[in-house]
Amino acid sequence: MLSDKDRVFNNLYGFGDVGLKGARARGDWSGTKELVAKGREWIINEVKASGLRGRGGAGFSAGMKWSFMPKEEGPRPHYLVVNADEGEPGTCKDREIMRAEPHKLVEGCLLSGFGIGAHVAYIYIRGEFYRECEILQRAVDEAYEAGLIGSDACGTGCAFDIHVHRGMGAYICGEESALIESLEGKKGQPRLKPPFPANVGLYGCPTTVNNVETIAAVPAILRRGAKWFAGLGRPNNTGTKLFCISGHVNNPCTVEEEMGIPLRQLLETHAGGVRGGWDNLLAVIPGGSSVPVIPKDICDTVRMDFDSLQEVKSGLGTAAVIVMDKSTDIIRAITRLSKFYKHESCGQCTPCREGAGWMWRVMERMARGNASVEEIDVLNEVTRQVEGHTICALGDAAAWPIQGLIRHFRPEMEQRIAEYQSAQTRAA
Amino acid sequence: MPKLTIDGQQVEVEPGLTVLQACQQLGIEIPHFCFHERLSIAGNCRMCLVEMERSPKPIASCAMPVAEGMVIRTNTPAVQKMRHGVMEFLLINHPLDCPICDQGGECDLQDQAMAYGFDRSRFQENKRAVAEKDFGPLIKTFMTRCIHCTRCIRFATEVAGVPELGATGRGENMEVGTYVEKALSSELSGNMIDLCPVGALTSAPYAFTARSWELGHTESVDVLDAVGSSIRVDSRGPEVMRVLPRLNEEVNEEWISDKTRFAYDGLKRRRLDRPYLRREGRLQPVSWAEAFTAIAERIKGTSGDRIAAIAGDLVDCEAMLALKELMTTLGSPHLDCRQDGARLDGARRAAYLFNTTIAGIEETDACLIIGSNPRVEAAVLNARILKRSRAGRFPVGVVGPECDLTYPHRNLGDDTSVLLDLASGTHEFSKVLDKAERPMLILGMAALVRPDGDILLGLARDIAEKYGMLDEAAGWNGFNVLHTAAARVGGMDLGFLPGDRGRDLHGILDGASGGDIEVVYLLGADEIDMSRLGSAFVIYQGHHGDAGARRADVVLPGAAYTEKNATYVNTEGRVQRGRLSVYPPGEAREDWKIPRALSEVLGMALPFNTLEELRARMLEVNPVFSEIDVVQPVPWGPFGRAGKPDGMPLTLPDTNFYMTDPICRASNTMARCSETFLNQDLKKTGTDA
Repeated sequence: MLSDKDRVFNNLYGFGDVGLKGARARGDWSGTKELVAKGREWIINEVKASGLRGRGGAGFSAGMKWSFMPKEEGPRPHYLVVNADEGEPGTCKDREIMRAEPHKLVEGCLLSGFGIGAHVAYIYIRGEFYRECEILQRAVDEAYEAGLIGSDACGTGCAFDIHVHRGMGAYICGEESALIESLEGKKGQPRLKPPFPANVGLYGCPTTVNNVETIAAVPAILRRGAKWFAGLGRPNNTGTKLFCISGHVNNPCTVEEEMGIPLRQLLETHAGGVRGGWDNLLAVIPGGSSVPVIPKDICDTVRMDFDSLQEVKSGLGTAAVIVMDKSTDIIRAITRLSKFYKHESCGQCTPCREGAGWMWRVMERMARGNASVEEIDVLNEVTRQVEGHTICALGDAAAWPIQGLIRHFRPEMEQRIAEYQSAQTRAA
Repeated sequence: MPKLTIDGQQVEVEPGLTVLQACQQLGIEIPHFCFHERLSIAGNCRMCLVEMERSPKPIASCAMPVAEGMVIRTNTPAVQKMRHGVMEFLLINHPLDCPICDQGGECDLQDQAMAYGFDRSRFQENKRAVAEKDFGPLIKTFMTRCIHCTRCIRFATEVAGVPELGATGRGENMEVGTYVEKALSSELSGNMIDLCPVGALTSAPYAFTARSWELGHTESVDVLDAVGSSIRVDSRGPEVMRVLPRLNEEVNEEWISDKTRFAYDGLKRRRLDRPYLRREGRLQPVSWAEAFTAIAERIKGTSGDRIAAIAGDLVDCEAMLALKELMTTLGSPHLDCRQDGARLDGARRAAYLFNTTIAGIEETDACLIIGSNPRVEAAVLNARILKRSRAGRFPVGVVGPECDLTYPHRNLGDDTSVLLDLASGTHEFSKVLDKAERPMLILGMAALVRPDGDILLGLARDIAEKYGMLDEAAGWNGFNVLHTAAARVGGMDLGFLPGDRGRDLHGILDGASGGDIEVVYLLGADEIDMSRLGSAFVIYQGHHGDAGARRADVVLPGAAYTEKNATYVNTEGRVQRGRLSVYPPGEAREDWKIPRALSEVLGMALPFNTLEELRARMLEVNPVFSEIDVVQPVPWGPFGRAGKPDGMPLTLPDTNFYMTDPICRASNTMARCSETFLNQDLKKTGTDA
């Protein structure tokens, strides 16, 4: 259980002043100049030592990612791009940050930007986040007015600019290279890697793309020290994390907790427990719609961090915990996710373009039971044909929920098919 | 050079290649659809996935650059499975209508499905269908067949320079199209048909006319512009069914213009298939003997000084040489192969060649275009300039009217005084040319056909010399004349030019209207002002009933370029051979045989009986004909005339790209293109106002 003094986001619910004054009162923007003065190397090393892993879903070490940027700034400028295109179903953490703690993000941009040698940051914000964009823009304007960013950011003598750019609502634009394409004014389609953005990114220049939560945590890490952050959570899964709990719980909420907290404790402490009690739990999708579902028996013991969830063949993803009680038609639920991925596939590469639609159509029939048992295996194989064969991870994201369903709920699927067939026979 | 291991074999390849290309060097075939070595890498078909050591996921071999120590596996069961998987995905929404698809038999998808596909489908849902698009009269679409490889999109943007195609929609709803439906306004659009790996884009004029395996193939060269693109003529029986490009890195890479590709239906229409003789004001069909007798009667007693010959744009070298020999025997010095009246200097070869060569364009670093619109005059060559332009740092200046060249350029105005400024180094573009290490200039026919064309030619030479366009040590010659006629350079090389005190085109036409020239022999010359031939006795030798035949007193039917073994010299001075694909229609004959046969009737038989003997004679006339398919370096020297231009603005002729010669004018396809692309209102019926 995270104690209040260890919280990174202490105004997550917007009870305090969102503006610069309130942010300063909470400790933001204090000593930023001194942090910058410690130099690029120090910032990267500190973030590396903190063990901060990217909060956007993949969980790649943030410090490591920064260290891929060229050491010296060449003729091409460096860019920091903040991914605020929070579109993963079930996820609402970046939204809360931008609503209530925008200055954490703005300050994070400045510090991270210096860390990677960038003088310009672009915040690509999801188009639907209209109010959040207003709040964020206000925070950026305040920071400019206060001289915290701009031609002489925080009195460091260095220039730093932040541009807020609104997306147009495509899920795929949350993928870093598609986001870059979209930011450049092109159709949002992921790029091939290599080259990686750290080498050829926005406008062909070295670019780092980080999630809002990652960037917003950076000032706290630098201010309180890597040791403090690394002391929270579990080895290789350090720090605090925002968990977005939705679904069949008594009190759906977004809450900051230590990494590695047991799922059951998380739900019962903060979300008021599962509707109808823990025994009424059917399954949980622990990390946003892209990760495989886990049934109750795993939920009983699993801890909420990257490695623990990977061990049970799921993932922490964005830590969007979607809780489903026994009233849920799990096949129907996963079918809905399939429809989402079919709708959001960009259409660039073959397996995802063709596979997502195929999987959804089969799932639709599965949900009704209008299929044969052998088709479950075909479906499983199709997900394997998509997984890992696409340009970006959307193919994986489309495949995993179905794989999770088949892995844990195959008997339910077979039963559905049997029921449908016997109903057909009776009708005949 | 990075070393890598592919399927256990060590290989060292050039850096910058992709894994797929490295595999190909080892002879390992990697199936692919979206990859094309002349287009940017898309990596979207995923057919080329292979395994790489230390990579958790398979890699797209078309997109992965080779690196030292890579270990690649292309023959594992996992790779096989991936290929099966991708192939299955490609086929689930493909209509599998091969029996009614024009691509059948030469379809990448069909071939690769045979190798990597299943024999049955596990897909039980409904297939996707996509509405047809209207891409104009040349490309027939069947978008349901599209596998979204985006080759056509990349071609349009990168090679044709008209970014009009794109993908709209997302996921399975993605469609390739123009967004606002319109015909593709590119002179190179036909190449998309070749690029399309499936039957989504097929040739509209060729639709449902033949199957690829029924066709005979002849490797030949194109004559519809001066580029001399390498082509393959596909024929069935007596008919040319289609024309395709042939790989020639030096000239056309693997592209041809739409005119080259689609004008072939003109070969079947308005043909001259027997001799005609004008009797009582009308052309009457006659036998060869009657036609020759009529000519002999007219020529007998006419002094050689009163006979003239003009060669047209599509004529082969053999025919021009045979006619030249005949004229010499008749004692006529009045010859000209420049039917447009261009003031080209025949004395020096460098003065009328595209010396840089087409492939050489890629090495230049600045370009000055004078009085030319290469996009219309030589579309494939323009694609080379675009290719150079896309490589970056390539300033282009244009003297002449503003036109869309598909690449960024600066228009320096249409005033010929710009050339004086450039020659003296006072123009602002001078700095650009000064800085360039290998600058080039392109002098178009529009500048040379002017009355002061020889002065402009001299100015262009001055500019070339001033800005270091001539570097013999480095083998660089940046002075280029861009021709528009396939026959022109050949004619110049053979000396089909006014002899001693001979008349040039203008002289011949003046003489004919004035009565000094009594007999004019038109060898495929259709673009001259026929009204200026006065009352001269006109012999027309050619293959199409066009302007020349209409004016002629005797018509001698010849062979079109697909119907004869003949030599052409392209604008670079590259001697190339066209080959017979089908026989000339009716009584038409190969062109060189006609002057030869006529000489017999005139009682002054020319000293060659076979093509080989004629070609031997050609070598004597000019040794450049000794080597085929190569460009020989040409010595530099003075040419052109000093003086001041006449002050008229430099204009471009209103050229209709689709209607430049008798074959195109006879082509239905080209007529539809003019109508679609140039908004030319063709009269639908004879009574339309």
